Amino acid sequence: MNQAVNKLTIKDYTSDQEVRWCPGCGDYAILKTIQKLMPEFDRPKENQVFISGIGCSSRFPYYMNTYGFHTIHGRAPSIATGVKLANPELDVWVITGDGDALSIGGNHTMHALRRNVNLNILLFNNEIYGLTKGQYSPTSKVGTHSPSTPQGSIDLPLSPCAVALGSGAAFVARSIDTEMKHLSAVIKTAHAHEGASFIEILQNCPIYNDGIFENVKDKKIAADFRVEIEHGQALIFGKEKNKGIRLNTKTLSLEVVTIGVDCPLEEVLVHDQTNLTLAQLIGAMGGDDSPVAVGVIYHNPKPNYVDDLFIQREQLSQGKDQGKLNELLRSGHTWEVA
Amino acid sequence: MDAKTEQHQNIVVRFAGDSGDGMQLTGTNFTLATALYGNNLSTFPDFPAEIRAPVGATFGVSAFQIYFGSEDVTTAGDEVEVLVAMNPAALITNLKYLIEGGLVIVDTGAFNAKNLAKAKYLSNPLEDGSLQAYKVLAIDIHSQVIAAVEEFGLSHKMSLRCKNMWTLGLVFWLFDRDKQSTIDGLKAKFANKPDIANANIAALNAGNAYGETAELPSGVEVYKVPKADQQPGTYRNMDGTTALAWGLLAGGQLANLGILFASYPITPASGLLHTLARRKDYNVITFQAEDEIAAVCAAIGASFAGSLGVTSSAGPGIALKQEAISLAVSAELPLVVVNTQRGGPSTGLPTKTEQSDLLQAIYGRHGDTPLPVVASSHPGDCFDTAIEAVRLATKYMTPVMLLSDGYIANASAPWLIPDFDEYEPFPVEFHDKPEGFQPSLRDAETLARVWAKPGTAGLEHRIGGIEKSYDTGDISYDPDNHQKMTDTRKAKIDNIANDIPMQEVHLGNNNAKLAVVGWGSTYGAIHQAVKRCIREGLDVSHIHIRHMWPLPTNLKDLLAGYDNILIPEMNTGQLVKIIRSEFLLDAKALNKVSGQPFKISEIEDAIKSELN
Repeated sequence: MNQAVNKLTIKDYTSDQEVRWCPGCGDYAILKTIQKLMPEFDRPKENQVFISGIGCSSRFPYYMNTYGFHTIHGRAPSIATGVKLANPELDVWVITGDGDALSIGGNHTMHALRRNVNLNILLFNNEIYGLTKGQYSPTSKVGTHSPSTPQGSIDLPLSPCAVALGSGAAFVARSIDTEMKHLSAVIKTAHAHEGASFIEILQNCPIYNDGIFENVKDKKIAADFRVEIEHGQALIFGKEKNKGIRLNTKTLSLEVVTIGVDCPLEEVLVHDQTNLTLAQLIGAMGGDDSPVAVGVIYHNPKPNYVDDLFIQREQLSQGKDQGKLNELLRSGHTWEVA
Repeated sequence: MDAKTEQHQNIVVRFAGDSGDGMQLTGTNFTLATALYGNNLSTFPDFPAEIRAPVGATFGVSAFQIYFGSEDVTTAGDEVEVLVAMNPAALITNLKYLIEGGLVIVDTGAFNAKNLAKAKYLSNPLEDGSLQAYKVLAIDIHSQVIAAVEEFGLSHKMSLRCKNMWTLGLVFWLFDRDKQSTIDGLKAKFANKPDIANANIAALNAGNAYGETAELPSGVEVYKVPKADQQPGTYRNMDGTTALAWGLLAGGQLANLGILFASYPITPASGLLHTLARRKDYNVITFQAEDEIAAVCAAIGASFAGSLGVTSSAGPGIALKQEAISLAVSAELPLVVVNTQRGGPSTGLPTKTEQSDLLQAIYGRHGDTPLPVVASSHPGDCFDTAIEAVRLATKYMTPVMLLSDGYIANASAPWLIPDFDEYEPFPVEFHDKPEGFQPSLRDAETLARVWAKPGTAGLEHRIGGIEKSYDTGDISYDPDNHQKMTDTRKAKIDNIANDIPMQEVHLGNNNAKLAVVGWGSTYGAIHQAVKRCIREGLDVSHIHIRHMWPLPTNLKDLLAGYDNILIPEMNTGQLVKIIRSEFLLDAKALNKVSGQPFKISEIEDAIKSELN
């Protein structure tokens, strides 16, 4: 089986459907990355299932030559949970967006992560509603002008990674649509994780929200606006690799320092992906005064729902395939009428 | 005392007390003893929405009614002949059900000034003559219980908890029932607390002995209720919730499928989740979802993956699920949706019964989304309707709505246990051939879409809620294709009419002056009312519909053979609308939405006024 699987290529994972995203959409790059990555998983193609909700990103399953189900707005994590419970052998992927996962489907995202169902959740965050023509989303920055907020949005955005960490996710990461190498590495780690994994993918919408992630994507300036994190490595960034992140133990907050100027190298924070408090601080970076963290923010396995459910079930059935219904019907108090 | 006896063919007993008094447990034990005695019976638990209302409050009164006797019994009865009232609140809220001359048993220990005031009695009804129309058996059960359980050293509060068993002992004596099944039950229930078990058993025995030895007031007699002439076989007491749960397991086995039962707690439907959660050894997984929508979606996901997805709720939860049910209609996946209906709208009457979701079941989605609807008519019937729902869902790749209600879910009756080996299996065959495969393949006869589950090599495909090409299953916005797909989905469901039994007449002739047409839990009351009217020589028949959609093919012609049609429903007229609009027949409605089931007499009166 493995040999046959290894022979598969990107072509085997590409469906015959014409891709209908807008030209220049970040979704194209993500699709290509995943199609290319699939053969590396060493898993039968028929065991890959992509579940999506509604929105631009949710068209994704149509373009994968795997099993796929394009469902209804916000509910992909719930449908995916049912798929996984019915057949734990399947690799179940949830493809969702910021509106789908955090607005209409926020509850399901939260509970799939809390329960730790073995799903790989990929959230394409473009901070806008694309398919409905450009309204602001729950991740849009304050002041976003859109058809529904012509004077600028006034409500605070959610941070997807903060929501995931707050929901109890055991795997939380962030990556970027067009960076195939980085995205591939993060997805591979997520796939290997037992339990729910959550990846926020910063994704450009060239039509309604073009360029919002330009600072972290533009090769000329990105080094100053993002920090690539890795477990056990110091949080160092900047074109000159002279900037770092330090934990201010008095204010319990992170601060940007210049190494060798206002901070010795030893005091730069070292990333520990098993530390929830650090993950929350690192995941929240990216405002005006700190870089955006990309990479695995938190990875700390815990018992997962599917394994525990089947253990309980095994204990009840004691190895029997299934109970005899006639015995069940006659269990408890019965009596004979002659 | 001299045990004078009074002969009754059938009798109605109602236990009423504080919601903490254990009236449901008392009623359940009395039911079991009565079933073992050999009577036919039907029960009606009538409890408040409040879990533990303040002690003595009228809104916290919990009641359990049982109708039993030697004839066929299909309702919990209209006229209570024996009422047990554990406190003033129970008396004031339940006395209206007791017939004149009936017996009321009261605990004088609970008739103190505080409880009388809580029940809003201005004077003590035991002393002011207001109970003159009834036989009254007033006993200080408080003191009797305290004395009976003294030796076990329980606290005062724990001792008083045994008063329901003391009362049950007395009622056992009154009806000549064997108390052994209750003793066995107490021993099992309190296996780890022998003191509690023994105290309850002592209270039960003491109440029983009290009946035998005490000087009871004149007119209070032992009731003799002859055994019923029952069909031979093995029986059990069956409530609608258990029957439906086991019916789903049976359906899963007949279809050769595992079940994912995904649900969110809601009264009165949660019992199904509880029952199935204990039965994971019967190839079912239960999943308590975060909300109603997640529950139905998980069930749909499971069906996509090759299990049978089942979800369950009451009216408000079903409303939340409808968008997802439409997805299952569009994706053509099997799904069973159980609606244990309750009083609406909104939160309505959560613990009371109603039949007001028929239109929601048949029509309550967006777009043209036809699906089959099946209704259970009594507790035992839930077993067979659940199997039928699974059969239709898997054979036709469609969601099926299965209607029960709060009355059926909680009511119980003796059930002649069927031999499951005699049920015809309907195993699902998953598609597994890659040659020529399209997700749009259809069975030429049933029009059911192909079921190809993930994990099957070579059948990788995508489905979704966007309109699909009839030929390939790919996304299609083509106008003619949408027309064709809409027509096909409708034809598939309409065609089910040819795969369900012809409508039968349950009682009476095929062309009488009046047909009383019912569905769901009104079965028992209509049956009794029509039976009584036929005995009186009236020309009336009873027709009870199980397949609510599509309707049986012969129903129109059958109904057209009657001069008049009367449709009793616990709503403001839903089936009557469907019958009128589908068949252009002049059916009349008889409606009741009080949260209580129909009384036999209400239907009897309506029949008589129709025929006069």
